[in-house]
Amino acid sequence: MPITESDIKKIASLAHLEITDEELRTLAPQVAAIVAYVEQLNELDTSAVEPAIGGMTPEGERTRAVREDATRPSLGQELALEQAPEPAHGHFRVPKVIASSEEKENF
Amino acid sequence: MPSSDRTIELISSEISGGKSTAQTVAARSLDAAERLNGELNAFLQIDRVGALRRAKGLDEGAGAGGALRGVPVALKDNICVRGMQATCGSSILAGYHPPYDATVTERLNAAGAVVVGKTNCDEFAMGSSNENSAYGPVRNPWDTRRVPGGSSGGSAAAVAARIVPAALGSETGGSVRQPAALCGIVGVKPTYGRVSRYGLVAFGSSLDQVSVFGLTVRDAALVLRTIAGRDERDSTTADVEVPDYVAGLGGDLKGARIGVPRALFGEGLDADVRARVEGAVDAYRDLGAEVVDVELPHAKYSIAVYYIIATAEASSNLARYDGVRYGFRAEDPKDLREMYRRTREEGFGAEVKRRIMLGTYVLSSGYYDAYYLKAQQVRTLIQRDFLSAFETCDAVLTPTTPTPAFRLGEKTDDPLSMYLSDIYTCMANLAGIPGVSVPCGLTPSGLPVGFQLMGRHWGEPDILRLAHAYEQAHPLAERPGVMAE
Repeated sequence: MPITESDIKKIASLAHLEITDEELRTLAPQVAAIVAYVEQLNELDTSAVEPAIGGMTPEGERTRAVREDATRPSLGQELALEQAPEPAHGHFRVPKVIASSEEKENF
Repeated sequence: MPSSDRTIELISSEISGGKSTAQTVAARSLDAAERLNGELNAFLQIDRVGALRRAKGLDEGAGAGGALRGVPVALKDNICVRGMQATCGSSILAGYHPPYDATVTERLNAAGAVVVGKTNCDEFAMGSSNENSAYGPVRNPWDTRRVPGGSSGGSAAAVAARIVPAALGSETGGSVRQPAALCGIVGVKPTYGRVSRYGLVAFGSSLDQVSVFGLTVRDAALVLRTIAGRDERDSTTADVEVPDYVAGLGGDLKGARIGVPRALFGEGLDADVRARVEGAVDAYRDLGAEVVDVELPHAKYSIAVYYIIATAEASSNLARYDGVRYGFRAEDPKDLREMYRRTREEGFGAEVKRRIMLGTYVLSSGYYDAYYLKAQQVRTLIQRDFLSAFETCDAVLTPTTPTPAFRLGEKTDDPLSMYLSDIYTCMANLAGIPGVSVPCGLTPSGLPVGFQLMGRHWGEPDILRLAHAYEQAHPLAERPGVMAE
């Protein structure tokens, strides 16, 4: 499937990347070429093949990397905030999240 | 091995025999790191004060009995060391200091190692030349006009230049074996689940594995033995006993079978590299091993599978860099969404953006089955190829890289040709099997060549023993032009 500059813009938006016009011009053909390359996998019929998720045990079984969903000690608030660009009152401060009604269209 | 090489074996015997101290050894390593960094740019941080303090503690009796007591090591800048930076070669993590140690860091420290610095790498471990670092490229100690390989290029250069005898890197598609080959040293990628990734910054979580560089197979085996094993904090680590990889070295190769996939020795393989690797195959025959033909019919799809899986997982893992909790945040954003976008636009480099874009595309609505699922299915076929090959051999031997070290800038405009540098290595990551790259001489123009052995899941003892046998018979006699005195 050919990839257009408008596809690239849409993907950038999904990925929260703001890309410049110049980046758009270089990225579009590069991503298109890579996608064309990976599409060689379509030569293979994989309809009866299980996907390879997870590692292998010494016995040749697939590992199941799940653990109990339980609370455990973690960094603590002070340490967790130590590297924050803008900590405030024990929280991470960010620009406003809720738009006014006239701004909403832009969200 | 010429006596000039300060291996772990040598350093340990000097310290335990009272001929040297951890402080003397650390100072020597730090001096070399500082002296050579202008030429190589291998280190992003050199911790003279911390390393000397640590060495002094060891000399005063701390860490007695540790297998790496007083051994200087360097860690790739995507592995957390408390009190040191972890930029991952990215501007988005400039100045970031993780508040905890990675499990591998804890284990190195417990064994008495001295961390002298954090090494340069391709941004978020994405690259095959180290040219994608936001802090400038690393240069190859054999020829500073050439790349050291990547993404763990700084660790590779630091070991090749004899600044440290061993270093840690990380692999997602060959990021330790490939630079090891281009720098003339040993690189080991363990089985998926062998080494904890707690404290390793995530890239492609179904592929990532902390990996080891050493001057010798023995040194690499010793470091691997130190860091391997189950860790409750990484649920992908398997509860499988860690064999003594060092004790397993030695012995003759009678009965050993080396599988050679001849179909992979054709198109795209540099003639000089092929000649050296063919020489290694012959050497195994001379050592008493049996050489058999094997086929890996799906190996040619590895790069395509890899670039779907790795980018999809990366686009998800790198969503966390949003300027909220740590790292860089763009100035004066007008709202939250603009903060996210500008932080990521200004903080990420071109290759990282390209991969996030590609990964987002293959995971986007309606494409998941066509790309990610398809790639995971072909990945199963690649794993099956190896399982079937291992019915007739103990290790599969290939070149580690299709060419020797290339010139800086040679492949930067063509991402796909750069990706093809990993053609021989990424199949082991996809299959989850271990691999080791071993130096096997130089090209006529003086650049190192490596071959790799890939083994069964949890088959590190087999490939390390085979690698060691070759190395003992054919040690690399030459040394790089840029190295510690």
